[in-house]
Amino acid sequence: MQISAPSFSWKEAVRVGVLGGAIAILISLVGMVAAFGERYIVYGWFSMGQVLFLAPILFMVSLTLRREKASTSSKTVLHSLLAGAVGGVMLAVLVLLGQVINLRAVLVNASPRLYGMLTFNQGLPAGPFVLIAVTALLGAVAGAYHLLPPRWQRTLSQAVIWLILTGLMRDLIMNIVVRWRLVGELFKTVLFASSGLQPIGAIVLLLLIGGLVYWRSGQPAGRGFSLKNQPPTIRWASIAGIVLIFLTLPQILGVYFSEILDNVMMYILMGLGLNIVVGFAGLLDLGYVAFFAIGAYTMGVLTSPELRAEPLTYWQALPFALVISFISGLILGLPVLKLRGDYLAIVTLGFGEIVRLLVLSDWLRPWLGGTQGIQLIAQPRIGSMVLNTQEELYYLFLLGVGIILFIAIRLKDSRLGRAWMALREDEDVAMAMGINHVVVKLLAFATGAVFSGLAGTIFAAKLTSVYPHSMNFLVSINVLALLILGGMGSIPGAFVGALVLIGAPELLREFAEFRYLVYGALLVTMMVTRPEGLWPEERRRLELHEAEEELKGAEPVPAS
Amino acid sequence: MPILEVDNIHSYYGHIHALKGISISVKKGEIVTLIGANGAGKTTTLRTISGLMKPRHGHVRLEGEDLAPYKPHEIVYKGVAMVPEGRRIFTRLTVMENLEMGAYTRTSKPEIEQDLDRVFALFPRLKERRRQIAGTLSGGEQQMLAIGRALMARPRILLMDEPSMGLAPVLVEAIFDTIQQINKEGTTILLVEQNALMAFSIAHRGYVLQTGEIVLQDNAENLKKNPMVQKAYLGME
Ligand SMILES: Nc1ncnc2c1ncn2[C@@H]1O[C@H](COP(=O)(O)OP(=O)(O)O)[C@@H](O)[C@H]1O
Ligand SMILES: [Mg+2]
Repeated sequence: MQISAPSFSWKEAVRVGVLGGAIAILISLVGMVAAFGERYIVYGWFSMGQVLFLAPILFMVSLTLRREKASTSSKTVLHSLLAGAVGGVMLAVLVLLGQVINLRAVLVNASPRLYGMLTFNQGLPAGPFVLIAVTALLGAVAGAYHLLPPRWQRTLSQAVIWLILTGLMRDLIMNIVVRWRLVGELFKTVLFASSGLQPIGAIVLLLLIGGLVYWRSGQPAGRGFSLKNQPPTIRWASIAGIVLIFLTLPQILGVYFSEILDNVMMYILMGLGLNIVVGFAGLLDLGYVAFFAIGAYTMGVLTSPELRAEPLTYWQALPFALVISFISGLILGLPVLKLRGDYLAIVTLGFGEIVRLLVLSDWLRPWLGGTQGIQLIAQPRIGSMVLNTQEELYYLFLLGVGIILFIAIRLKDSRLGRAWMALREDEDVAMAMGINHVVVKLLAFATGAVFSGLAGTIFAAKLTSVYPHSMNFLVSINVLALLILGGMGSIPGAFVGALVLIGAPELLREFAEFRYLVYGALLVTMMVTRPEGLWPEERRRLELHEAEEELKGAEPVPAS
Repeated sequence: MPILEVDNIHSYYGHIHALKGISISVKKGEIVTLIGANGAGKTTTLRTISGLMKPRHGHVRLEGEDLAPYKPHEIVYKGVAMVPEGRRIFTRLTVMENLEMGAYTRTSKPEIEQDLDRVFALFPRLKERRRQIAGTLSGGEQQMLAIGRALMARPRILLMDEPSMGLAPVLVEAIFDTIQQINKEGTTILLVEQNALMAFSIAHRGYVLQTGEIVLQDNAENLKKNPMVQKAYLGME
């Protein structure tokens, strides 16, 4: 049997073309293509709608090219061209079919407008041919791209991706930059059109980003920028720089983004807490929202004049809220000490629901407000200033995150952190190492609960009200998801995860009703390509990629 | 007084009567082996000693003190360390972290350093691989790590559960040489084995366990010559 790299044969080309075409048809029929027809990436040249049906074909072709090795360069280009053409034919068939039968009866989005978009508004006899020609050409381009040296590939792909993103995010970017007069004007006149980029701006952007990427990829490939390897002056300067950026973010970004940022920070707080429970100690807790609720409601009960004749201030109530969160962490921990894995997940899930139902109940209504919740919750004061705008609350969150971050980092390397790690790996053996699993588990639940409770208090102060419906199960799931996304057990992962999971949907507002479709697709892609998370804990990365790296770096040394 | 005294213990898994009155004693400086076929109750004996199971009757005493009131982790502090069956190293932690975990009960940094050097002297392979994720070690190296980890607790008595399990014969010999050396350096060892021949080659005394009962006990030399042992455990006719 002959062993050779599978080549990109014409059969494969047809298969890939059909797949790409199928995805493109799907996206078209969902309505995305038509919906984004007027959303220009480069004004007058091409729109997001076109990107949406061309990109899948292009993507499939290049994906296959990356895996397969073609025999010769001319064949590669030819087969890619074929694949592209097949994709185009599929779309063309859709268009022609639409002329013969009324697809719209079943598929509401199969509109004349869609057909127009797909055929580049070239009318009937010519349109489908134009479409096929364009996809075939794009396929060939993908093939040619594949023949380029890696450095050029990276330059091209990154430049194009950033171009599309910038064009798409025009409104968001303008939203930020209008606040700085000069830059705002510059962006408005040179870079952006009324929709998408100006052609000239697009070219400048392409060259700029391309140049940058090209230059960067020429630099010696280090293990990335790590603060640890830098001399102290640079290290401190970078840290100071990062702190400064965080301190001025609300000024830079404005109200709209500050609100998003506040949300992200709230989830970072909870993420850091759940990371201790699930990431460090390996205890799958699905009722984590309970502690958030307990923090928020304690704040409400103690500071709202609705419920108390002499309400406390935020700062006076805070210690109570944290202590009560801590105790409820212990209370959850006690009954589940012996449970593992799925059983633990189910019981904690129940705990979350119990807390939600309690705050919702008529029975506790005189104290917790029932469905009406609690209003008039105190906002924190510093001196005579009340922190009540999004920007001011940002600093409260920042302070909270700063403190919690510090605690989390210290805990990770502490004796307790070690014990959690052992517990996560193997509970029986952890005991055989001398670890008191009862205490250690309870501390994990309680610490996580305090972090979440703190987030709850700030949440209550931010809205000045709490309602039972904010305390639903989805919050727990979101926090868990952001940890998985960022990298379980990783502290920076909690930041990245929160930013992407909570922040990105806001940015994706551009996609209107397709937001969650795009979002889901992004998440799935991310988890397939980076199962260890976006910023994994070092050991997880090692574990998942050690085998690969060993293979790559393998010297032909006989096995010992 | 023996370091470890197991006095007529009965242990149960629910209704299953796994240990039916077992008595074992281990004196300071000894290697005592406990041999028996699969399911005889060897692991159960070790689990009972280390407190993971509580005997329904009988006592486990460490230097005369009854261990009944202590929790498993407290028993580790008293000086009982275990090399569990099937190694059970922390596969996702590094070799170094595994060893540090073994020293969890210890507080004196210089002493820990000292023991680390000792473990690395016994197992140079571990030193080479100390930054490696433990799950990627070979079977033999994992067994070394499990032993090293237990030694990091600086135990008064080391319980080992079938250290030869699943290893190639050459490796088994190497591991047993090391066990002997550890003993010579002053650690008392209770060694549970199915590989009777190897166990008798290094042990001072031995017990033979059959379906939860001790059927024979003697010094290793005599056990090796015992016709019943030869037939049942050494594969001789
Ligand atoms: N977790 C358990 N639940 C029920 N029975 C068990 C359990 N573990 C062991 N046993 C039973 O106890 C007996 C002794 O087992 P074990 O101590 O593991 O034997 P050995 O280590 O000598 O192979 C066996 O009959 C076994 O089936
Ligand atoms: Mg066993």
